[in-house]
Amino acid sequence: MSLLKYIVRKFIICLTTLFFVVTLTFVLMKSIPGNPFLQEQAIPEEIMKGLKAHYGLDKPIYEQYAKYLKGIITCNLGPSFKYEGRTINDIIRNGFPISFSLGILTLLIAIGWGVFWGSLAAVYKGSFIDRFATVIAVLGMSLPSFIMATFLQYFFALKLGWLPIARWGSFNHMILPAIAMSSFPSAFIARLTKSSMIEVLEKDYILTAKSKGLSTFEIWKNHVFKNSLLPVVSYLGALTANILTGSFVVEKIFGIPGLGAFFVNSIINRDYTIIMGLTIFYSSLLMITIFLSDLFFLILDPRIKTGLSDYEKKLA
Amino acid sequence: MKKNSHDYLNDSLLRFKKNKLAMFGLFILIVLMILSAIGPSFSPYTYFETNLACKNLSPTLTHPFGTDELGRSLFVRIWWGARISLFIGITAAIIDMILGVFFGGIAGLAGGKIEEVMMRIADMLHSLPHLLIVILLTVIMKQGIATIIIAMTLTGWINMARIVRAQILSLKELDFIIASKSMGAKRGRILLRHLIPNCFGPIITTMTLTIPQAIFTEAFLSFLGLGVQAPIASWGTMASDGLSALSFYPWRLFFPAAFISITMLAFNLIGDGLRDAFDPRLRQ
Repeated sequence: MSLLKYIVRKFIICLTTLFFVVTLTFVLMKSIPGNPFLQEQAIPEEIMKGLKAHYGLDKPIYEQYAKYLKGIITCNLGPSFKYEGRTINDIIRNGFPISFSLGILTLLIAIGWGVFWGSLAAVYKGSFIDRFATVIAVLGMSLPSFIMATFLQYFFALKLGWLPIARWGSFNHMILPAIAMSSFPSAFIARLTKSSMIEVLEKDYILTAKSKGLSTFEIWKNHVFKNSLLPVVSYLGALTANILTGSFVVEKIFGIPGLGAFFVNSIINRDYTIIMGLTIFYSSLLMITIFLSDLFFLILDPRIKTGLSDYEKKLA
Repeated sequence: MKKNSHDYLNDSLLRFKKNKLAMFGLFILIVLMILSAIGPSFSPYTYFETNLACKNLSPTLTHPFGTDELGRSLFVRIWWGARISLFIGITAAIIDMILGVFFGGIAGLAGGKIEEVMMRIADMLHSLPHLLIVILLTVIMKQGIATIIIAMTLTGWINMARIVRAQILSLKELDFIIASKSMGAKRGRILLRHLIPNCFGPIITTMTLTIPQAIFTEAFLSFLGLGVQAPIASWGTMASDGLSALSFYPWRLFFPAAFISITMLAFNLIGDGLRDAFDPRLRQ
């Protein structure tokens, strides 16, 4: 398979998925009983008509869909129906930088911590370290992020007072939420790293390296590390999704004014346009990450260009 | 062939029994199931009866896990929550399994253009933001257990389909399938009698690992206020209620949170054990 064909194929998959999400959100939004302006007090007929005309809800459904698509292509996700004068773009502009910095820190912790323990477990397979890392990883995968978040908050902030309990501001505010959000992904990455490294360590060229007299660390650094990163890179898309959804509850628990907390509030308030808009935003973010991780894969595994990659075959 | 597959199962089962962590997980799960069945009968209270005279009590003999803000015994509510969590997890896993085996099996067996189209659809659904779609659906549908299960299984079966299809692709070219084909067996018969039974290991492993995911999703949705409705008690809603009272009545969060984690741990340990037991690469 040629390089270009690979990239184009991946791109088309991402774009189709995104189109599917956009259409699904539109269909779901239209299938909600009643209309977005229904409130406890009845609104006079005339005002309701005016509201509908203002937001273009009186037009035929295909016209609304076309307008909706056009808005998304031009990166204009539309207004909130609950908060007057607020657009989804404003909300993203305010909340996303916060969630993004928290997400990046989580990503770094998850990859660093996961690859570290996974490597140790693979290199010292069967040893005490391996068993210890395995148990820690299973525990990490079994503790939902919101439970992790509340317990970290309870012990390290409330009881011990080492770190701030909540809110946003300094780097210290980011530590507990980032650890809470990274517990599942780092456990998952540790397992991925371990299994792929064990596979690499069984290859003949490792034996060659050993017989040349390289130390364990040198072998790991020169021959094992890059090869065993492939599954971790292919996990990046799912990891991003995981961090996104983790951010919903963790930001809420720690009172962080990020996009995740805003998303949860919109769910509680049933602010449908924001829910839909943010879903599309999150999905686009996810598709970009998946596409980038596919490209990154290409750099790490040049065999894809010649269509010989074992890993790609296994995935297909 | 019958003899061989029998041996394979027996071998795997033996390996599973030797795995201490997995047996530990199985033990926890069995204890949980027994307690969820008989636990409520140890207490004179019900899961829905409120008693404002004894609200927010700390754990005592009459209320081993304390009481909540309406004076309901958490001990009883926890075992009811166990029933709900296990029911949601196991039902979702079974539905995922049926849809996934069906889709993956057909794709793997059909080959050619049909397989290509089916797997492209699966690829697309696989890269969907799973939990976001679940949230969207639960926001729009009527809240309840059925909605949670429908929303989860709508995209949840893809994983199973991909695994079954990959497994079938590797089995398809083996001699006994070709022999069966040459004797005139129909495709459906080959799929049902030969291919699917030989996918048993990966299927049961994936199912076991789906359950903790489903339990997590239920707890997560309940935490967002999208879960089951009162007075039904699920672990997620109990944890979410307990969170607001964490600094004064920590047990109200502690017990549901601990049970969510312990149950997920048990299923993860069993699933890992099954995967190791069925993985032919580990066979000596």
